[in-house]
Amino acid sequence: MATSQGIEQVVALLQAQRDRVFRSWVQAVAVNTRGRRTAAETEQELRPMLDALLTGLSAGAVDANNPAFDELRAILAEYSRARARQGFTPAETSVAVFALRDAVLTALHDSNPAAFADFPAFSKLVDNLGLITFEAFVQARETVIANQTEQLLELSTPVVKLWEGIVAVPLVGTLDSARTQVVMETLLQTLVSTGSAHAIIDITGVPAVDTQVAQHLLKTVVAARLMGAECVISGIRPQIAQTIVGLGIEFGDIATKSNLADALRLTLQRAGLEVRKIARTS
Amino acid sequence: MPSAVTQSNPTESPAQQMDIVSDADVVRVRQAVRTLALKAALSIVDQTKIVTAASELARNTLIHGGGGSAQLELVHERERAGVRATFIDSGPGIADIERAMAGGNSTAGGLGLGLSGSRRLVDSFDLKTAAGGTRVTVIKWKR
Amino acid sequence: MSDRVPIIKIGELLLVSIQVDLSDETTVALQEDLSNRIVDTGAHGVIIDISALEIVDSFVGRMLATIASMSRVLDAETVVVGMRPAVAITLAELGLTLGGVRTALNAEKAFDMLRQSARFTPSGDDDAAVAVTGGFDAVGRDAE
Repeated sequence: MATSQGIEQVVALLQAQRDRVFRSWVQAVAVNTRGRRTAAETEQELRPMLDALLTGLSAGAVDANNPAFDELRAILAEYSRARARQGFTPAETSVAVFALRDAVLTALHDSNPAAFADFPAFSKLVDNLGLITFEAFVQARETVIANQTEQLLELSTPVVKLWEGIVAVPLVGTLDSARTQVVMETLLQTLVSTGSAHAIIDITGVPAVDTQVAQHLLKTVVAARLMGAECVISGIRPQIAQTIVGLGIEFGDIATKSNLADALRLTLQRAGLEVRKIARTS
Repeated sequence: MPSAVTQSNPTESPAQQMDIVSDADVVRVRQAVRTLALKAALSIVDQTKIVTAASELARNTLIHGGGGSAQLELVHERERAGVRATFIDSGPGIADIERAMAGGNSTAGGLGLGLSGSRRLVDSFDLKTAAGGTRVTVIKWKR
Repeated sequence: MSDRVPIIKIGELLLVSIQVDLSDETTVALQEDLSNRIVDTGAHGVIIDISALEIVDSFVGRMLATIASMSRVLDAETVVVGMRPAVAITLAELGLTLGGVRTALNAEKAFDMLRQSARFTPSGDDDAAVAVTGGFDAVGRDAE
């Protein structure tokens, strides 16, 4: 890490030509976000950054992780998060930080070439600040993606009531481990809240089943039994049956049916109910 | 906000040290693990899994290790939190690890699922055993 | 810990509602108390409510299985009720076989189920609970 004395001339220059550097910085950033940000907005966003940077530099900090830069790091992180949510690219976001280097370089060039010796240390600081921006951006994106995935999971696992005491989960689309787990938890919770002792898991709309998913389905059935409910798995298409046998997965005494109607018939029977055709009189 | 420098090791909060010398200690360890799991905001299912694993391992420490201790702590890795539990005894060690991990094996009248079962319930499982003692560390991360 | 789990007699039934965090000692004591009460009362059915239990580990699991087989020998049917979903998922993951243990969603269903069984006054209600039988060993072993 560079020692603090290596950057004094850049700090002096920044203090002396603060407005000039700021203007060229704003200009450079504005070029990149043209149409989505007005110059006034950009100024408003960048001013607290420059203020916080100077506060830290005046306190003698050179390392981006120095506590004197706490405020600056917080501002950068917040800025990146906001950008990520608004759909800016990582490049468009981090350029705000990197453009400062160019602004300072130009100022150095014009007014104090002797201070170039300080520039590498300052450049390194800007790089690290850029990394902070980038990291915060990625984390914010990950959060957005995780939230969407979760919402999608909730939407895609409806548990429907077929009859008093009988519920069904029609599964549509690709089942991965995470989704199967959500299905499992939702189904078991519904068994308790509705007092249903019978459940049908219909996988007609599932294109493929791998070992993990099959194991999760089996565990669901086992867990339901432990709670006092019985499941039937329906809609097992020929290819899936082949996969299951090929993988050597034992369904044991778990009831499987090729279609939902058969599963419902079996379940009604288990529940002691009967469906009959009645003779119409008129 | 963490620094931009990536950290490879999970950062730690101060560990909570608990003795396991009696039946009641197993219950206390279980409750302490649950409290940590709540702090780490684990889902109900994950809470149940780590508490169950801790219960199995604490009992192992008591019965097979002749007593020992547990170290419980909240861990963080990047944005996610987790619970880490370490069980240490200075007992005879596990002679046949493979057999102990295979499950269905019991030397003390349990269901023989202590080690193999708890491994299935956690995200990370580390076992070190020798004649002078056994040390098992498990971690459950927030999903 | 010297907590004892209370056993309540209702007609021909014994009702056990576990409301404490079970230590191994309490678990063993319950097993003994229950076998004594079955013999003393001549009960033909036992309902064990575990809805308050936040975890069931292998020790408690074994206790439930033992009680079930023991009560069968003493001519009583045991039904375990109210297992929480998270507990059930954990047990399934653990690969814990509660072989021969009958289960029901709640005490009411267990009651209906026991009344239906031959030893009680027949009453022809629907919605019986299920028995947990074999075929579990394939679950969750090798896929991880």
